[in-house]
Amino acid sequence: MTDIFDIFLLETVLNGLLLGGVLALLALGLNLVFGVIDVVWICYAELIMVGMYAVYFLYSVYGVPLPLAGLAAIALVACGGMILHYVVIRPVLAAEPINQLLVTGGVLFFLQAAATLVFGVEFRNLGLRLPIVEIHEMYFSFARILAFVAALGGMVALYLFLTRTFIGTAIRAISQDRAIMPLMGVNPNRIYMVTSAIGGALAGLGACLLVLQYDVHPAIGLTFGPITFLICVLGGLGNMIGGFVAAFIFAQFISVGGFFFHLEWGYAIAFLFFIVMMFWKPRGLFTRSD
Amino acid sequence: MAYWQSIGLAALAVLPFLGLGDYPLHLCILVLLWAYIYTSWSIMGRFGLVSLGHGAFTGIGAYGTTLLWNQLGLTPWLGIPAAVALAVAVAFVIGWPCFRFRIVGHYFALTTLALSEVVRLIIIALRDHTGGSLGLTPRSALTEGPVALAALQFANKTVWYYIVLVLWVAGLVVWRRVDRSMARYALQAISEEEGAAASVGIDVTWTKLRVAMISAGLSAVGGAFYGQYQLYINPETVSGIGVSLQIVFAAIAGGMFVQLGPTVGAVFTLLLTEALRVAIGHDVHGLDTTIYGLMLVVFIIFMPRGILGTAIELWQRRHAAERRTV
Repeated sequence: MTDIFDIFLLETVLNGLLLGGVLALLALGLNLVFGVIDVVWICYAELIMVGMYAVYFLYSVYGVPLPLAGLAAIALVACGGMILHYVVIRPVLAAEPINQLLVTGGVLFFLQAAATLVFGVEFRNLGLRLPIVEIHEMYFSFARILAFVAALGGMVALYLFLTRTFIGTAIRAISQDRAIMPLMGVNPNRIYMVTSAIGGALAGLGACLLVLQYDVHPAIGLTFGPITFLICVLGGLGNMIGGFVAAFIFAQFISVGGFFFHLEWGYAIAFLFFIVMMFWKPRGLFTRSD
Repeated sequence: MAYWQSIGLAALAVLPFLGLGDYPLHLCILVLLWAYIYTSWSIMGRFGLVSLGHGAFTGIGAYGTTLLWNQLGLTPWLGIPAAVALAVAVAFVIGWPCFRFRIVGHYFALTTLALSEVVRLIIIALRDHTGGSLGLTPRSALTEGPVALAALQFANKTVWYYIVLVLWVAGLVVWRRVDRSMARYALQAISEEEGAAASVGIDVTWTKLRVAMISAGLSAVGGAFYGQYQLYINPETVSGIGVSLQIVFAAIAGGMFVQLGPTVGAVFTLLLTEALRVAIGHDVHGLDTTIYGLMLVVFIIFMPRGILGTAIELWQRRHAAERRTV
């Protein structure tokens, strides 16, 4: 009896690990934007929703091959990120931080309602039947493994971009000192636009991976949005490594908590854990408390 | 000022006798009730304590009262104070470490956001008692007659109108009391520069905590009365991130720095929703919120002080200009 129990638990833990990879990717985009522009995109998950709809329509309705549909969705959401920055964030860059937070909250309402208006409230899915992988009597969905691998790939690509290219170096520099970089001849507005595009592209990649596993509907953002912010805050806003670790911690809470209780309890415990951690490490996991 | 106040109040008091019909009266009740909740939020929100967690307090108020009534048969006259006490306790438990460890700005907003999600998820997870996502109906006591005083249930909308009117006025009175207190100056100093405020002897943690507890308790009362009036509550309509954001946005749209700002926000948002619904009909889902979202973005970019705040500012500027020319 205990053997069976253990293997189920191990399966849960490994599934949590796979979930953690995707959450880490989502958190990465948000962290990048915050680290560089100092703005939290509350509507980040709604950008993911837009990407999911793009994949759905291109693939299921217009018959575009799935990889192409995915690339198109990434490009579309990257443009969405740039539009968001140019139209909404730029005018409030000098305003109080809380206004910046709330203005993207308005975008959240807008995107969610516009999706309801255009696409209706139905749940839509790709209708793909991806195989289930069996390892030692444990079952994993292929979509999850693919998502995990692609998420890791996306993170490595971002790391290489930030460390090996000139503009990546400029992005890292501006996140370290906002005031000095313009004096060094870097145009911050251009850096902000590039960062927004990358943040959008990461949301687009996340959308491609999530649409394989979940139905898309206008309120899907509320499923992933709160958890993504909390991961970023837990890891320390703007701290990418912290966010990476926090994503796996959260995923284990959701997965294992959902294994022992209902799925909602998994989330509730993860959120409570977050609140407790806030008091212990107010500035994120990897900071020394002062 | 007192003169205009009494005229306005008298006008509101005779409103039900103008033969409005049930639907407009229903809208007035909702406006006043939400105006009260938005005002409760702005009591702390105006000092830079932007909480995205007030959905938690309205949820605790509504579900606490209804569960006590349904499960234990405890009258809302006692149930509401109990639920409010719970909400205040939660505000204390969350608020104390937040303020003690100087969690401000983004971090405060997102911590409170987590709180409102925790409450929503717990309500859904306890579905055996709360009905989960299907919502919950207070056990009706209206079978014997139109008035059930012990159950705080009334079939008559006029009665409800006066209840929420009193509630709304009480909310404004509390707002004014806080505004005229010494704590207001302390809170303003804290919102400008926390360290400097502490250095002149202000007890930062306790000052913030007090106003947060007042605000949470008032919001919980609002949630409880919402449940009693609608006789149906749902995790999505009284708790969670949706309600929390609705509260913050309406208060900002109206103007969170002036007393009647949140009320203007409630009138504005409800009228917008209803007008669009009447104009377009029920079939077009999402159009009202699409326009609402767009307007919020426009508001925060161009009019961060809200409708009433901006109107007062313009009026004062014109007034000052007139005085100069004379």
